[in-house]
Amino acid sequence: MRSPDLQSPGSVVDWEALSLRFVFAALTAVAIVFLIGPSLIVILTSLTASQSLRFPPSGLSFRWYLALLEADQMQRAAWTSLVVAFWTTLISAVLGTAASLAIARSGGAAAKAFDMLFMSPLLLPALAFGFAALVFIYQLGLRPSIPFLVLGHVVVCVPFVLRTTLAALTQLDPALLDASASLGAGGWMTFRRVTLPLIGRGVGAGSFLAFMASFDNVPVSLFLADERTEVLPIHLWQQIETNLDVRTAAVSGLIVVLTLLLMLLAERFAGLTRQMR
Amino acid sequence: MQSADLKLVLPLAALFAAFFVAPLCVLIAMSLSTDAELHGFTVAHYAKFFTDAFNYSILWSTIVLGVKATLLCLLFGYPIAWICSRAHARWQTVLLFLVILPIMTSVVVRTFSWIVILGRQGVLNQIALGLGLTSEPLRLLFTELGVVIVLAQVQMPLMVLPILTVMSRTDPNLADASRALGAGEWRTLWKVTLPLSLPGVIAGCILTYSASVTAFVTQTLIGGARLVYMPLHIYQQAIGANNWPFAAAISVIFMCAVLIVVYLLNLLTRMTPADAKS
Repeated sequence: MRSPDLQSPGSVVDWEALSLRFVFAALTAVAIVFLIGPSLIVILTSLTASQSLRFPPSGLSFRWYLALLEADQMQRAAWTSLVVAFWTTLISAVLGTAASLAIARSGGAAAKAFDMLFMSPLLLPALAFGFAALVFIYQLGLRPSIPFLVLGHVVVCVPFVLRTTLAALTQLDPALLDASASLGAGGWMTFRRVTLPLIGRGVGAGSFLAFMASFDNVPVSLFLADERTEVLPIHLWQQIETNLDVRTAAVSGLIVVLTLLLMLLAERFAGLTRQMR
Repeated sequence: MQSADLKLVLPLAALFAAFFVAPLCVLIAMSLSTDAELHGFTVAHYAKFFTDAFNYSILWSTIVLGVKATLLCLLFGYPIAWICSRAHARWQTVLLFLVILPIMTSVVVRTFSWIVILGRQGVLNQIALGLGLTSEPLRLLFTELGVVIVLAQVQMPLMVLPILTVMSRTDPNLADASRALGAGEWRTLWKVTLPLSLPGVIAGCILTYSASVTAFVTQTLIGGARLVYMPLHIYQQAIGANNWPFAAAISVIFMCAVLIVVYLLNLLTRMTPADAKS
């Protein structure tokens, strides 16, 4: 890590160093409470036995989680979200990995231009793109549908795959690929036996991020999904806007816990925190 | 680019051409048309936007919102990255995990939990009333302050990660050398660590800014119906008023406003000392 501290001469206690550390540690502590607190509060609120969203909850029970079993509309929306996120992740992972391989290998102006194009959905307002996609579909004489919704999600989710995969590829030793080729392996064989195992964690982390981004997407779905194809975040958004009830807290609690579990899995198998740096 | 590489990049490039570039072109065409069937040519929608003080104020408050949220992210995000880059590997993973957790959790859920916190009878007001800090409940929900606070929490990881990336690449001996030469910790931070980490700070600012201005869910749920920002304005004109050409014009103006800020911040990167070396 870093070399041992050099004591500043003449002083036994370095007040200045302590003050900096104290200020930064205090800010970090506040930020951590700030980052984690809301998730904890939503879980506790969802366990309330009463009708209201008061915190602290009056009495603990799982009644609102049981009520979810009867929430048909919400379940349908959740299922649609899962299907859309699944296809989005699959397409993003395959197309994103292929494009990353080409960009990392060739370098040069063309590769840089492609990289910028594929990354631009991260910077452009996604809501403006969602509206543009809707306008475009109508101009083609078509109507929004699940396949279009998936394509729209791929555009805004593929940057995540690209970013982590490109990062993994820059750490790949080209000599390994040359060795594989000189031993007679073809392009596909080299990819499957050498490249993919080495960049697999990068692709995995990116796919995880793409899945979460699709499952959570509102700006694009707002325009490309309708009543028949309602997705979960839109359904929840409307619930909160109109009639806030404790079932919303229960779904939220469920999502927080599932996200945490998925993240622990992603950390275990893809080294998520290392891939995101 | 060789033909083998072209073949690999082609599928995604085709998808982007057909479903990203083409829609944006149609959007621009729509913003210059008299009706939703792309008939005629007019700049009336742009003229309408820039002559109406109401539209203008929405654009301005959206930009200000983005700047405020970004600055709040920076205030807390920089110390987190600083502590993280100096922590032992195990603690670093734990800290990073805690930082990433919120951004992975659905944004609707995160925003919803803030409604429970910021409401009239919310957690924050109960604490403030309990401690006697205020005699009546504070208004936090449906205020700009509330939106800024929530945006800062929601986008914090986007600030921390790029700063951390740059910091962990920087040679720690440089900071040690500064201290060995007699500079105190604060001076070292100001003169050595901060300038060297500036590319990360700017990258973080670009990401948090562009995410904050377009954060539709947080803006509508925390800001309520009376605080209108650009995304809601576009949505209302497109879906509510069904005025597609005008909605297209606002979208184009909004995209340009975001890109101009991103471009200016990018210019800053080129002027930083760390980038000049490489």
